Amino acid sequence: MHENDIKLLEESFKKYYFDHFDLIHVPEKPSEREFGYQKFDSGMIRHLSVKDDKELHLMLITNKPSDVYCSNAYYSFPALPMQEKDWKEADLIFDIDSKDLNLECRTNHSVSKCNSCSEIFHNHSLCPNCNSSKIDSKSLTCSNCISGAKKETQKLSEILINDLEINKEDIHVYFSGNEGFHVYVYNSQFQKLQSRERADLADYIMFHGAIPEKFGMKKFNPDRNSFPELDEKGWRGRVSKELFGSKSKRSKIITQIMAQGYSSYQNQLQEISKIIGVKIDPNVTMDIHRIFRLPGSINSKSGLSKVFCENLEKFNPHSDACFIDEESVEVNADCPIQFTLKNKKFGPYKKEKVTLPKYAAVYMICKGLASTA
Amino acid sequence: MITLGHDEIAKYPFLADAGQYLKDKGFTLEQFGTDPDLKLLVDKAYHRIEVAASGKIYKSDLVDNQTNDSALPREVFSFLLAVVLLKLSGMHTLIKRFALAEARRAEKYLEKDLANFSNKTQEELATKIIKDLFSVNVTKQDDNFVIPVSDYLTHSINFHEREWKLINRKVQGGKVFLTPHETVRLVRKELGNYINSKIQSANTPSMSVAFEKPVNKLISLSKQFAIAPVVSGEYPPCIKHAIDVLEKGENLPHSGRFMLATFLLKRGQSVDQIAPLFKNAPDYNEKVTLYQLNHLAGSSGSGTQYSCPSCEKLKSQHLCFAIPECDNIISPLQFGKKKTINA
Repeated sequence: MHENDIKLLEESFKKYYFDHFDLIHVPEKPSEREFGYQKFDSGMIRHLSVKDDKELHLMLITNKPSDVYCSNAYYSFPALPMQEKDWKEADLIFDIDSKDLNLECRTNHSVSKCNSCSEIFHNHSLCPNCNSSKIDSKSLTCSNCISGAKKETQKLSEILINDLEINKEDIHVYFSGNEGFHVYVYNSQFQKLQSRERADLADYIMFHGAIPEKFGMKKFNPDRNSFPELDEKGWRGRVSKELFGSKSKRSKIITQIMAQGYSSYQNQLQEISKIIGVKIDPNVTMDIHRIFRLPGSINSKSGLSKVFCENLEKFNPHSDACFIDEESVEVNADCPIQFTLKNKKFGPYKKEKVTLPKYAAVYMICKGLASTA
Repeated sequence: MITLGHDEIAKYPFLADAGQYLKDKGFTLEQFGTDPDLKLLVDKAYHRIEVAASGKIYKSDLVDNQTNDSALPREVFSFLLAVVLLKLSGMHTLIKRFALAEARRAEKYLEKDLANFSNKTQEELATKIIKDLFSVNVTKQDDNFVIPVSDYLTHSINFHEREWKLINRKVQGGKVFLTPHETVRLVRKELGNYINSKIQSANTPSMSVAFEKPVNKLISLSKQFAIAPVVSGEYPPCIKHAIDVLEKGENLPHSGRFMLATFLLKRGQSVDQIAPLFKNAPDYNEKVTLYQLNHLAGSSGSGTQYSCPSCEKLKSQHLCFAIPECDNIISPLQFGKKKTINA
């Protein structure tokens, strides 16, 4: 990133942190958490200990970080090297990213950027300008993708509440600051689970690894009475709803499934897991030493903030997570996709010099689609 | 600690404090060497180990509604004396096999007690054993046993069969629903480990004349389980590990046995050459082993010849112990065949 761009982002982020101390807090039991941050164009600084909001704010103002993180784990000694921290427990966390949903709209709001010559283009595997194959994909936050991610978040909550008996109040949903949502579960029976256990829990939530025997079909002498009923609870009920749709079709479809045989049913279960399973990133859930983006901090991939979603349904990232100020800034923009921020439309821009409110300029610079003029 | 009645100690003798039990009953170890009636119990103890070593479960004198007062202490004594003999022999292979067999024996009682809906005390004892020993909170809901999902996961991850994955269980209200059999099966491995560690940590008593003969017999018995080394330098580490586990008389999971057998078959060994490798497995049964090996070789059943699992599959089954020489191979069969670029 260009030096002037870094300067602009650092100043903008610093101003945000200064003006919005109210949005940025240390989590529960801060003295047991590991903190970390990244600066523009430098590596991760982690194994930090922060004791209260005041210390956190001071760290943000003095270091002007691009990204700030905090562990979901609780340690006796969070500032020591990993082996000596003495891990106690960790909140259960989930990451739902709309890029994992593979929605059709994706191509409409993604562009490629050449790492060698910075050319922006669509639909090529090589840079049309310099033939380089070092290409980054840049995607703008899209309303359709966000609704998709919201749907996954709701599916997740439903399973957490009904199957795993988590209190609704203990589930906190945050916009990730870019293209998805982060879900935290506090005070659950899962706090002390290790990584392998969490991996199986993630498989449960994703509907991974289901065997036909448990969903109605034995390998030998299958019995049509063992197929799940529509009103059953848990995954058997969800599978039943997906497979049969309604009571009237159930019998006919069971006959069909039994005629097609065991392995065909196995494939069918695998296929429907793509629909009924929740698309979480299992690596996040099974990581018990992760430092996860700090709520309230800015995501340097977008300039938007990771914010608490009090009402997920109504939440609009383009207005509810955009906190950079409106001061005018001049940038060279090469952004072929139109986007909306704070209810204003911007772009498309084709290699042009434009004067914009700072929040729009910062958004494009973070996406790599503009540079300070 | 759990308070035990007579018949409970007989079912779960590993829960008893051995020294205290003998004292309470008014015996010393020395008496077992001298008193001809008690000497019979030493023979019984030896027999108990012998049965365990052969991979079978010791059939006790306990009957379902036991009232025979003398049978109960005999049960406990034969267990305690078996531990004494094992300690004196110092044969770890035998201790492991004994612990596993005793675990499977206790498992049967636990399961029966759990399922015994008419007898509240027995059910409570069984749930208490499971809670105290393995920190699993079992409660009853209608005809099912339910345990918290988190407790379930800490044990179920030790199983490789997919039916143990949480997705394949009935989960509701933060709890997993299990049958008595599944509940007990969930803690089988830990039960074996518990008994094993209890024996390992027990004091070794001093040798007395009466124990010499059975102890020597045990030492020669354990030699039966030493396999002639068949490992050549060409085996990949996963296969070496599997052979190693079997050699020690430890339990190799089904997936590990599958890997070992398919690997050796592909390398051209015959079923008869491979079968003896498994004779040390705690649950060894010659007929079953031959049947399974023939099935894998394709000489029985559907005729399909099973192939050796890929490295990736073995990794997810925790059977991979890769070393630098494994570089770039995708199946254990390629080990030693692929040449590195510099070679």
